Amino acid sequence: MRDVAVVSFVQAPSVRRDPARNEVEILMPVVSAALEQSGIPLRDIGFTVSGSCDYLAGQPFAFVMGLDAIGAWPPIEESHVEMDGAWALYEAWIRLQEGDIDSALIYCFGKSSMGELPEVMSMQLDPYYLTPLWPDAISMAALQARAMLDFGSHDEREMASVAARSRRDAASNPNAHLSGDFDVDVLLKEPYLVSPLRKHDCPPISDGAAAIVLVAGDKAREICERPAWIRGIDHRVEAHQLGSRDLTVSSSTALAAEQAGGRGGAFDVVELHAPFTHQELILLDALSLSNGARVNPSGGALGANPMMAAGLIRIGEAAQRIMDGSAARALAHATSGPCLQQNLVCVLEGE
Amino acid sequence: MSDPVTGIITPVRLEYTYTPGVAASRFLKRIASKEIVGQKCPRCAKVYVPPRGSCPKCGVPTEEEVTVADSGTVTTFCIVNIPFAGSVPVPYVSAHILLDGSDIPLVGLLQEVAAEDVRMGMRVKAVWVPDEELAPTLLSIKYFTPTGEPDVPIEKIMEYRDA
Ligand SMILES: [Zn+2]
Repeated sequence: MRDVAVVSFVQAPSVRRDPARNEVEILMPVVSAALEQSGIPLRDIGFTVSGSCDYLAGQPFAFVMGLDAIGAWPPIEESHVEMDGAWALYEAWIRLQEGDIDSALIYCFGKSSMGELPEVMSMQLDPYYLTPLWPDAISMAALQARAMLDFGSHDEREMASVAARSRRDAASNPNAHLSGDFDVDVLLKEPYLVSPLRKHDCPPISDGAAAIVLVAGDKAREICERPAWIRGIDHRVEAHQLGSRDLTVSSSTALAAEQAGGRGGAFDVVELHAPFTHQELILLDALSLSNGARVNPSGGALGANPMMAAGLIRIGEAAQRIMDGSAARALAHATSGPCLQQNLVCVLEGE
Repeated sequence: MSDPVTGIITPVRLEYTYTPGVAASRFLKRIASKEIVGQKCPRCAKVYVPPRGSCPKCGVPTEEEVTVADSGTVTTFCIVNIPFAGSVPVPYVSAHILLDGSDIPLVGLLQEVAAEDVRMGMRVKAVWVPDEELAPTLLSIKYFTPTGEPDVPIEKIMEYRDA
């Protein structure tokens, strides 16, 4: 396996709604800052790959416009995933394993505010049996939370604690937009939004973007004082049909973590892409980490949840802590699909 | 089992609040007062209309606003022979028009000219809707029509033929 590291990470400060700028305008400063931080001009980048979703903009091939933000001239080697940017990063990592190029640019963006997000999300379901019923994203997450609570592995107090801790941590993250000091007992007195989920159990709707530059081998050491090396990365998907999965556990996370060398491990920091509070609890069960790692010091997706970017941001946040020397070993996770259908785990280390 | 299900209908309707962006919003507002504005790339100096806030070739933000003419040159065209609901009578000409002062052709409808008379290099100008119908949309330009000026030599528009 070829050594590949994150050498630069930039994100747009997430906001509830960016009323003026379009995706390209949000993305452009992010991409140029990420390239600048890496010191590699676009013409020397070996591979470019993006993650976004046309349904967010309600526009076919919306992702093609994203290319305006980077300047694809002379023509570049480029790819796109209709997924979170974390999966774009996975593709870039695979591409770098081929050995003929040394660098890759990954970017992603999501203006989640343009449509009715919970309904837009039902477009990702099976189009024959599920989409026509319009189960919205919050209701599907609530089905999973109910299954977890009834199974007895966790309770509503633990869920509220995840919310309180995440919102408190988000206060010191300038890129998050939902933060505050909340008391668990007070939170538990709030009414249900979609039972058993209360408002605090749900992520905000966010507009945002992020970019990462990956560089292989010694070139990464030349560019970056402390590159965040990808020591393992894997992703696994479960069945599309919710009824055919055990929603109380995340087998795909457990397997991806196993393959990435992260399951049961010790980490300084863990960044989990858990849009709903109960999902963090399910993910931690699947990871069975061996020490008391700091979970989501960024506030996670509960502090800012730009669709298609929140997963890559987890990898970026984890990598950032290695690059700035505050962590030696980190685990980042990204999810896609309803109720943690697909999960990616990435293990990052300093030298 | 003798009658297979060959199709189902599952209506989907989603509503969006579209954000044209800072650059395109300014373009649309000005179109409502019969002014066409583009943006100039600070690196390659090309003027883009409609502006999208970036140069797609250089990947840098474009901020300098430039007003371009509502007249220009046909860089290429096609003759449409298939009508669709609401289309103008066929055959009609859909053309790439390089507005004077811009570096990227705009797609426009050509009218008041027979399809067989349209040429690359032909000079055309915008015909606007009546003032009371002007709105922040490209539909404020009804169509383009020949000006009668001499054609622009083909060498001068080579760069833009397939832009
Ligand atoms: Zn340019």
